[in-house]
Amino acid sequence: MSEFCLKGENVHLWRGDHHVLRGVRFQVGAGECLQLTGANGTGKTTLLRTACGLAYPEGGEITWRGQNIREDMRAFHAQLAYLGHEPPLKSELTARENLHYWIGVRRRLEGRELDQALERVGGNQWADRPVRTLSAGQKRRAALAGLTLMRVPLWLLDEPTTNLDAEGQKLVGTLIDEHVQAGGVALAAVHHELAVSRPNGLRRMELTFD
Amino acid sequence: MTDSGTMMPPVRPAFDSASDATHPAVTALAAARLVLARDLKLAFRKRSQLVQPLAFFAIVTTLFPLGVSPELSRLRPMAAGVLWAAALLASLLALEMLFRDDAQDGTLEQYALSGGSLTWLLAAKTAAHWLLTGLPLALMAPLAGIALGAPNGAVPGIVVSVAVGTVALSLIGSIGAALTLGIRRSGALLSLLTLPLDIPVLIFGARATELAIGGEAYGVPLQLLAAVAVLGLTLAPLAAAAAVRINLE
Repeated sequence: MSEFCLKGENVHLWRGDHHVLRGVRFQVGAGECLQLTGANGTGKTTLLRTACGLAYPEGGEITWRGQNIREDMRAFHAQLAYLGHEPPLKSELTARENLHYWIGVRRRLEGRELDQALERVGGNQWADRPVRTLSAGQKRRAALAGLTLMRVPLWLLDEPTTNLDAEGQKLVGTLIDEHVQAGGVALAAVHHELAVSRPNGLRRMELTFD
Repeated sequence: MTDSGTMMPPVRPAFDSASDATHPAVTALAAARLVLARDLKLAFRKRSQLVQPLAFFAIVTTLFPLGVSPELSRLRPMAAGVLWAAALLASLLALEMLFRDDAQDGTLEQYALSGGSLTWLLAAKTAAHWLLTGLPLALMAPLAGIALGAPNGAVPGIVVSVAVGTVALSLIGSIGAALTLGIRRSGALLSLLTLPLDIPVLIFGARATELAIGGEAYGVPLQLLAAVAVLGLTLAPLAAAAAVRINLE
């Protein structure tokens, strides 16, 4: 199997009459983070959803490690983590319980790992509180803890800094930094430049309406 | 990083870059068990949703004698039909929420992207729905049956037929719930989709209960009911998974 590399070739996708993705091309390899920028409605989220296989492009193809993602979707999904707009957390469960059930479906999880991940995102104080009592930023931090727990090479992030304070935004930058330094791949839709401390692997691609 | 902003030491690298084997380390069954446990825990923390179908069933079966006649000799012939119509509608009441919350908060997306079997995970959710709706209905049905004039000897027959029948109802309903995920206020459409498929369950279930109340052998309709449940068990999770994938797009 070849090196980690996510590539989109001439990707076209329509939503009804609206041609959202018009021959989009991108490539992001090991040790790189590609930031998708662009105005609202230019298709950043759609591109992310297409890249992770949730949306079907009408034209073009997306490959991961040289293979079309549709050839073995489950194997591809086992190597990616996708964080959408809303953190996938249940308000009646605590942050710790949420992570246990969310990540536990993918991989065996030890309590110590969970503690470490929560500590990393500053969650010691609120890990055992029901999610309904947490702020939007704390929920986002819990979702980031989930991201680190997945231990997968490909991160697809939709507005990862939404609702986060300045420290939280730095934390996102640090997590992405560490991920790409370890040879991982990240594709992130952003409105504001990510606060990464080592910008070497950081690239930017703007989506437009044209 | 702590709340005060102090950086914590980094955790170890997030994956083994030398390995292709990033498939989930949990089996489909273990993942399904976890989903089942999660849904049961969630239900017990949101008790209002848990009680709603049971309260509906109790109200319908209690109001019926008031509207028809309090005489048990008149109620007994109708008991099976009343029990089954009420059980079917009570089961339907809880169906709309079967996948909706998980679709809205992104949980279904995470299941679809987990690299595991979405079919198993949705089967687990359907099992949780049955444990929280069908099983309590099966346990409550004899009480309602006795109130409608069923003899004590009919209790095992009522419990078994409602238990098996509600398995089929939950499975058939899971297809409808998955198909209507993308539609707001889908209750009416869900009913229209699932009620025609529920009719065999209603017929066989009511017949088995009727025979049990009459003190006769109810094996044949019960077996037919079980056959519908097995058919549902084989096909419904696959169909629901396909419908969820379409709706996630």
